[in-house]
Amino acid sequence: MKAWIAFKNIFLKDMRNYYLKPPNISWGIIFPFAWTLMFFLRSQSTVDIRGILPGVMAMSILFGTTSMLAVTITFERRSRSFERLLLAPIDLNILMLAKTSGAVLFGIINAFVPVVFALFLVDLAGINWLVVLGSVFFIAVTSTFLGLLIAVTVSEVFEAQTFSNFFRFPMVFLCGLFIPIRNLPAILRPLSYAIPLTYGADILKTAINGEGHLMVGLSFFILIIFSLVFFTISTRNIKEKWIH
Amino acid sequence: MDILKVENLTKKYGNFTAVAGISFSVQKGEIFGFLGPNGAGKTTTINMLTGLAKVTEGSAYLAGIDCVKETKRAQGLMGIVADESNLYPEMNGWENLNFCGALYGLEKNERKERAWELLELVGLKEVAHKPFGAYSRGMKRRLTIAAGIIHNPEVLFLDEPTTGIDVKSAREIRKMLLDLNKRGTTIFLTTHYIEEAERLCDRIAFIVDGKIVKIDSTRGLLEEAQRGQTVQFTLGNGSLKPCEILRGAFPGYRCQVIDAKTIRVHSGKAIDLIPIVDVFKDNSLALYEAKVIRPTLEEIFVQITGIEAKKIKTGGDKK
Ligand SMILES: Nc1ncnc2c1ncn2[C@@H]1O[C@H](COP(=O)(O)OP(=O)(O)OP(=O)(O)O)[C@@H](O)[C@H]1O
Ligand SMILES: [Mg+2]
Repeated sequence: MKAWIAFKNIFLKDMRNYYLKPPNISWGIIFPFAWTLMFFLRSQSTVDIRGILPGVMAMSILFGTTSMLAVTITFERRSRSFERLLLAPIDLNILMLAKTSGAVLFGIINAFVPVVFALFLVDLAGINWLVVLGSVFFIAVTSTFLGLLIAVTVSEVFEAQTFSNFFRFPMVFLCGLFIPIRNLPAILRPLSYAIPLTYGADILKTAINGEGHLMVGLSFFILIIFSLVFFTISTRNIKEKWIH
Repeated sequence: MDILKVENLTKKYGNFTAVAGISFSVQKGEIFGFLGPNGAGKTTTINMLTGLAKVTEGSAYLAGIDCVKETKRAQGLMGIVADESNLYPEMNGWENLNFCGALYGLEKNERKERAWELLELVGLKEVAHKPFGAYSRGMKRRLTIAAGIIHNPEVLFLDEPTTGIDVKSAREIRKMLLDLNKRGTTIFLTTHYIEEAERLCDRIAFIVDGKIVKIDSTRGLLEEAQRGQTVQFTLGNGSLKPCEILRGAFPGYRCQVIDAKTIRVHSGKAIDLIPIVDVFKDNSLALYEAKVIRPTLEEIFVQITGIEAKKIKTGGDKK
């Protein structure tokens, strides 16, 4: 019960103080819009909106979540308010889940912004929304936890920004969303399978356009493993590094 | 009754020992002070007790709960006020308290009630809806203390509660702490202000270089010092060294040079002034003033630790 009260209030506070701030909200809307526009200009013709939807959704989540946490945590570390979490009589895992839950939800909301746009433009019949939601959830979780991992590894906000870009851009390139993995140079292909986004994107492609290559169940399983690994390393890092 | 019991607590950072096997206990209802210069290990001790630093060796029990092994349980009984304000700058005073209450699992209504009660207590009711970031230093410190007691902790830990704050605010904070203590909060505080320790604490531990060099009740410390006597002499500006002369004449007395014209003579017994005046006369030293000094905690601290009082205030020779 006590843990739940703490969880809820951390979640609500972060929502209010960070995620639902106007710059973030507008970012969540402008970003998918810009992506769609970019593809439209590139293809020079009526764009296959449904075809690029998985990519735009995945990008929206990735860019909406990874840097979020990196910034909020390093910021709270600097103002020393993060100490309050370490001093609270609540299990650190619960506290960190609370801390990340806001970003996860924000990522999920971001993912559906392009879906809302698409609804007005194309027919979205025949999509397995439950699977879409599942993969959106896990892309959000893995990206957020990756952001957490970055945040607990660096000490400055700008480092967090730099690092999250350092991971994000290669991930976009390697995940098979825009360049099919089989078209990548052979030496890069193993890397593709080492990043969680590949699996999330593949599920999205399967659910939306039936174009995925991997077994959906296996992809979910791998995403769960990634989530657990990122989270465990993060909380361990916090205990090792921030409790001197 | 001992509410906090610490034994052989040690902290090593690599080869460097920040806290070297200290033992002490804090009784329920008292104000216990850690007095020491910069770098003595005060913050490190608080961090170990509250779970912000790993304990290298030793044990600490709060109300019978092992602070090392059952950190989270013990933390529920602690209120912690860090040496810097560490609330959320973008949130207002009330929101900060409400949030801190939630971190200790207080129910919504309880939190609300308590937050207003505390805002009243620390005199911040009028600015309850201003962002914390816009508060003055003194206000920040007061709110941070309020946040530390939102859950009615068994022991309140305060790390240098008045450092970096103007005299007036510091006085208000001291008064607040005394009030809190009267209402039953046990307080553990660190300070490098001797007067603060003397005014607030029931018992004091002197900590230097990670070791407790003396621990006693404030009254006991003062009584011990007052058993002896100190006389301060103001002399003419001669070329002679009065302390050397006195040491030669009265080996039982300790003589301390204060400045070019002033010396102090200490003795464990009452000091007979006539023979001293005679010695000055024999050496043709002009004597302008002689006064008995009531030993303060400062003198005791200097005597015991060998650290000049000025150094404690300005930061020792560490930083
Ligand atoms: N993380 C750390 N790594 C290495 N040494 C440390 C660390 N933290 C503290 N120290 C050292 O331990 C010693 C004790 O530091 P501590 O902060 O406990 O002193 P303090 O009594 O609180 O001093 P102050 O009055 O300056 O706050 C210092 O010499 C400090 O340099
Ligand atoms: Mg300190």
